[in-house]
Amino acid sequence: MKNNKPKHNIKKLDATILRTATNYLLPLLLLFSLFVLLRGHYLSGGGFVGGLIASIAFVLHSFAYTTRRTLRLFQVPPRTLIPIGLTLSFISGFLPVLLGQPFMTGVWFADKVAVIGSVGTALFFDIGVYLVVIGVVLTILLTISESD
Amino acid sequence: MISNFILAPILAHMITAIVLLFFWKNVQAQKTVSVIGNIVGFLVSWRLFALVWENGNMTLQMGGWQAPFGITFVSDTLSATMVMLTAIVSLAVGIYSTAATNISRIRYGHFFIYHFLIMGLMGAFLTGDIFNLYVWFEVVIISSFVLLTLGGKKRQMEGAVKYVTMNMLASSIFLTAIGILYGITGSLNIADLPQHVAAVENRGLVTVTALLFFVGFGIKSAVFPMYYWLPSSYHTPPSAIGAVFGGLLTKMGVYSMIRVFTVVFEPDDFMLGVFIVIAILTMISGALGAINKRNIRRILSYFIVCHIGYLIAGIGMYTELAFVGVVFYLIHDVIVKSNFFMMSGLIQKIRVTQDIYRLGGFYKDYPKLSIVFGIILFSLAGIPPLSGFWPKILLFQEAFKAENYVLLGTLIFASFITLFIVARIWSEVFWKDLPKPNAEEIDHFAPFHMRGRLALVLPVVGLAVVSLLIGLNASFVFEVAERVAHELMNPSIYIDSVMHHLK
Repeated sequence: MKNNKPKHNIKKLDATILRTATNYLLPLLLLFSLFVLLRGHYLSGGGFVGGLIASIAFVLHSFAYTTRRTLRLFQVPPRTLIPIGLTLSFISGFLPVLLGQPFMTGVWFADKVAVIGSVGTALFFDIGVYLVVIGVVLTILLTISESD
Repeated sequence: MISNFILAPILAHMITAIVLLFFWKNVQAQKTVSVIGNIVGFLVSWRLFALVWENGNMTLQMGGWQAPFGITFVSDTLSATMVMLTAIVSLAVGIYSTAATNISRIRYGHFFIYHFLIMGLMGAFLTGDIFNLYVWFEVVIISSFVLLTLGGKKRQMEGAVKYVTMNMLASSIFLTAIGILYGITGSLNIADLPQHVAAVENRGLVTVTALLFFVGFGIKSAVFPMYYWLPSSYHTPPSAIGAVFGGLLTKMGVYSMIRVFTVVFEPDDFMLGVFIVIAILTMISGALGAINKRNIRRILSYFIVCHIGYLIAGIGMYTELAFVGVVFYLIHDVIVKSNFFMMSGLIQKIRVTQDIYRLGGFYKDYPKLSIVFGIILFSLAGIPPLSGFWPKILLFQEAFKAENYVLLGTLIFASFITLFIVARIWSEVFWKDLPKPNAEEIDHFAPFHMRGRLALVLPVVGLAVVSLLIGLNASFVFEVAERVAHELMNPSIYIDSVMHHLK
């Protein structure tokens, strides 16, 4: 990723600090985004905010390195996260219909899961939103950097 | 009746859109999935209409949260009819766009966005919560914006900027109105609102809120002072998109207006006066705008404005018979306007231009198609016994009964102008010989393979048959319209079905 053009020199100087910081921040931010995601429902947080925080982590990574290297972190193009997330959200909304309840009724497992607490369709709905948000933000990022 | 089935038309299109996302770059698969999705959506909407017709209103409390706290979905006869119309148009335009839309558009998600647009329309027609209505409006606007700008030509951008600016303005006014309404009543459920609105002491504030709703919906349905965004943007996207926009988008505003001003607000004489004045001005400006245009689609854009005036006039008269006229006109208009856009697209395919003075000789070259086009044109003008005739007669009659002769005169003036322009299109495009300088132009339609031709012609013929049936089988449509009008004049039916789960 060496850039010999003079106008990028200043950026390169800053990048060392930024890159080092990013190496620590990326996992931290991702963990935090998961925390926010799981914390949702009763407390503030949820899939949308969590997804945004996770996207910020990747945006930071793309600033420090390049968009291409950020995308290399994913095995598949981030666009594919969108339909997967939508499907997950849709199924979690549709599940109660199969049980004879109105669409989007919260259905919960009887037993609590350690650490997370009660698990129900709301969580899977949020995970779907989380994936969609990451997919959308990274797709937009990719499109913008392509048009540069 | 409480049933999850009410969501089926929305979910059908949602699933289709999700499945389409999995086939992002596979054009053939996208076409197939889209057509299947549209057929399923159509069957499901038909079933919904049949259920509502037999059993009365259907409701659903999302997530089991009871009204007025949760989000309610309600389908009365009006909603079911609108959903049905949306499904018919969506199916026809969906099939049409498999051949009419170019491949790069499909690669950039044409069908995917299209199904989201239809989903948004269905949601707007079925929701029973006024904030949720706003959300569906946004779904529709965002999707329509993408469809309008896909391709990114300069002309499209120009139209899109006007379109988006005006619609954003309308949305913000609508949202402000919802905010005030929530502030004074503490409720957002359409069925719960009327009792709270009636109890508000500050009547002035209620009138202001009602007017804000009218302005918001008015911009979206392109009524008089705020109509100019429509003719300056609707001719820019491909005809397939224009068909959905022209047929359904403005009707969403009219639908919301009918809903809000029959259930939530009881319009007083002042409000009704505003409706009538706006309707008259809308009809005049639409008719005069159409008269000097040469491009078929531009003419049609002004026709949309002009004919919205009929619907607003019907609401302004506020009698049961006037509502029968409005609903009948709505049914007729959605089908014919969409078909008119598809027809103009077909003319463009065959002759490359849509300028009526450069067209000609259509009847000589394509006699069978011309007859179909004739049906569309003359349904629009309201020649008896075609579909536009019956609702117009009803509206004339009501205006006469109300002794509102200015309105009656304008209604007749607007339909006379429509007839005049339709006759001009007929004589210029179909009867006249092809003008010489244009005679050499290539026919883009003839080399089309058989399946493509069928996909282009079949939906146009199908919708023409539907409008023929509306005209010839008017008694059934009257029955539907009468029942809708009865429900509109007695909002307690709607309210009871939500609040007390009555059948």
